Amino acid sequence: MNTHHSPLRIIFFALLLLVFPVVASQFGNSWVRIIDIALLYIMLALGLNIVVGFAGLLDLGYIAFFAIGAYLAGLLASPQFAVVIESLQMEYPTAGDWLLQLAGEAVAAQGIHWSVWVIIPLAALVAGIFGALLGAPTLKLRGDYLAIVTLGFGEIIRIFMNNLNGPVNITNGPQGINLIDPVRIGGVSLAGEAGSGGVVQVAGWSMPSVNAYYYLFLLLCMLTVFMSQRLQHSRLGRAWIAIREDEIAAKAMGIHVRNMKLLAFAMGAAFGGVAGAMFGAFQGFISPESFTLTESIAVLAMVVLGGIGHIPGVILGAVLLAALPEILRHTVEPIQMALFGHVWIEAEVLRQLLYGLALVLIMLVRPAGLWPSPRQEDRPLAGSDTQTGAA
Amino acid sequence: MSRDTLLRVTGVGKRFGGLQALTDVNLAITRGHIHGLIGPNGAGKTTCFNVITGLNQPDSGQFELAGKSYSPSAPHAVARAGIARTFQNIRLFGDMSALENVMVGRHVRTHQGVLGAIFRHPAAREEEVQIVAHAQALLEYVGIAHLAQRTARHLSYGDQRRVEIARALATEPLLLALDEPAAGMNATEKSELRDLLIRIRDKGTSLLLIEHDVKLMMGLCDRITVLDYGKVIAEGTAAEVQQNPAVIAAYLGVEAA
Repeated sequence: MNTHHSPLRIIFFALLLLVFPVVASQFGNSWVRIIDIALLYIMLALGLNIVVGFAGLLDLGYIAFFAIGAYLAGLLASPQFAVVIESLQMEYPTAGDWLLQLAGEAVAAQGIHWSVWVIIPLAALVAGIFGALLGAPTLKLRGDYLAIVTLGFGEIIRIFMNNLNGPVNITNGPQGINLIDPVRIGGVSLAGEAGSGGVVQVAGWSMPSVNAYYYLFLLLCMLTVFMSQRLQHSRLGRAWIAIREDEIAAKAMGIHVRNMKLLAFAMGAAFGGVAGAMFGAFQGFISPESFTLTESIAVLAMVVLGGIGHIPGVILGAVLLAALPEILRHTVEPIQMALFGHVWIEAEVLRQLLYGLALVLIMLVRPAGLWPSPRQEDRPLAGSDTQTGAA
Repeated sequence: MSRDTLLRVTGVGKRFGGLQALTDVNLAITRGHIHGLIGPNGAGKTTCFNVITGLNQPDSGQFELAGKSYSPSAPHAVARAGIARTFQNIRLFGDMSALENVMVGRHVRTHQGVLGAIFRHPAAREEEVQIVAHAQALLEYVGIAHLAQRTARHLSYGDQRRVEIARALATEPLLLALDEPAAGMNATEKSELRDLLIRIRDKGTSLLLIEHDVKLMMGLCDRITVLDYGKVIAEGTAAEVQQNPAVIAAYLGVEAA
């Protein structure tokens, strides 16, 4: 409807995506791992794009929903819940015994280990509810004020995760939650079975664990793209954009602005929650350190740098900002060692330098982002390709 | 009063801090009429307009549309009830195309939610086709079908006005309320606007009109209400209002004794 890619290009692109990890893993699993993380960032950036790009609500605490998804996976797919029951029994014996009764002996011994098929929808649901809850008090705020309040909410969630290890230990505090179950699909663990050295066997094929995760994340990413695209070109998407463009006019056109804003917060947060749960399962370990304000800003930078409100642009921004630092980390120091026999500039320093430079350059040269939505003047005029105008 | 009153507001009062913007305003608009609201600057026309369309909350007053009372507590509820408006300083969704602007106007008369958007099942697809067709037809009706894909921000002033009117019509209003639609228009544009408004009326939509151009109003309006200092000082046909000494005094000042 909106684009006319030739089928040949699509097939080529799909093949490229499918073959990529097979080729890249020849040069070491870390390359595929970088892309795995980048795929998670794409999901995050697309989720934030619904809030910031479509509805125009500047959200600086978005990483909180990533955290909620990750901690949900941490509680419901790791031994952590056994710790929670034990700690509750120590502190409040009655409540602890009641929870033990409710959960059963098996859970008290090993924690909860739910399947990914439960975790993903649950992460979307819980994060979505939190999105609406945290969005509700901010409905009357705009621009800078909204950014400051959401920033505060984001930090509150992180500080909660950091301190909920007492009196009852729920999140294990700054130590984080360890031993989160890897994703298991149809009985196959994507981390590889114990003793296999991280090699996954699927229907006679064997591949490194990172490749298996690559295909899973790629699938989730495509789902996210598909859903964002459909939402954008729908009655709801138009209502969001109308609110972004002129809230008063949107109201006068009968759009229930409060509900539409809450829906945007909830939908955006749901994508963040799923990405968070996948992050937890992929890493096997989460701690509050992964969910700082810097991360929120990084995701926002991906959206803005790529092209706010434009899905392909946001994907480009996410890939660039997520992958570049990792690539630098893997290349800068070895290259310097090879050339000079000495490391002159550390990768981290160079990363920050380039990051700042990129943002400044974008603001100066392409303020709408690297790949902004095509100007509507570029579209064919209605009368020229259809006869609706003359009918 | 008349058997066929579309909008009846009674006893409307509105105070902004120390300023009594509206005092006991009564207004009745007959179905199928173009009803004008005139008055000198600062008379309270726009406030009255904003109160009726739910943008400002009244301190007092009863509101009745098509025989049913409605509460102007929120603009979206008023739009749903059947009053659509345009703005004195045009408020389009600048980054959207003209067509998309009008499509947004269909929001309140359509229903598809998240599931419809994502799965695009037959009902959702059907609704989307209807929205586009309706919006395209409205753009044609106001005479700018050829500009459908243009970004609203880049349209000329007169065309933006037309998009705004088409967008308001897309909500299928019983009453179309226009706040100074002819402001900044030249004579040709004004006469085109006039034809458009008469066509809209003849199709059965009533209009409430604020306008400074008294000449335009006198020829166009079936009835006129005159406000001054937040009070209704006259009501009647154009000819009646023109003769009214209170109106003459309000516009020209009182003759020295």
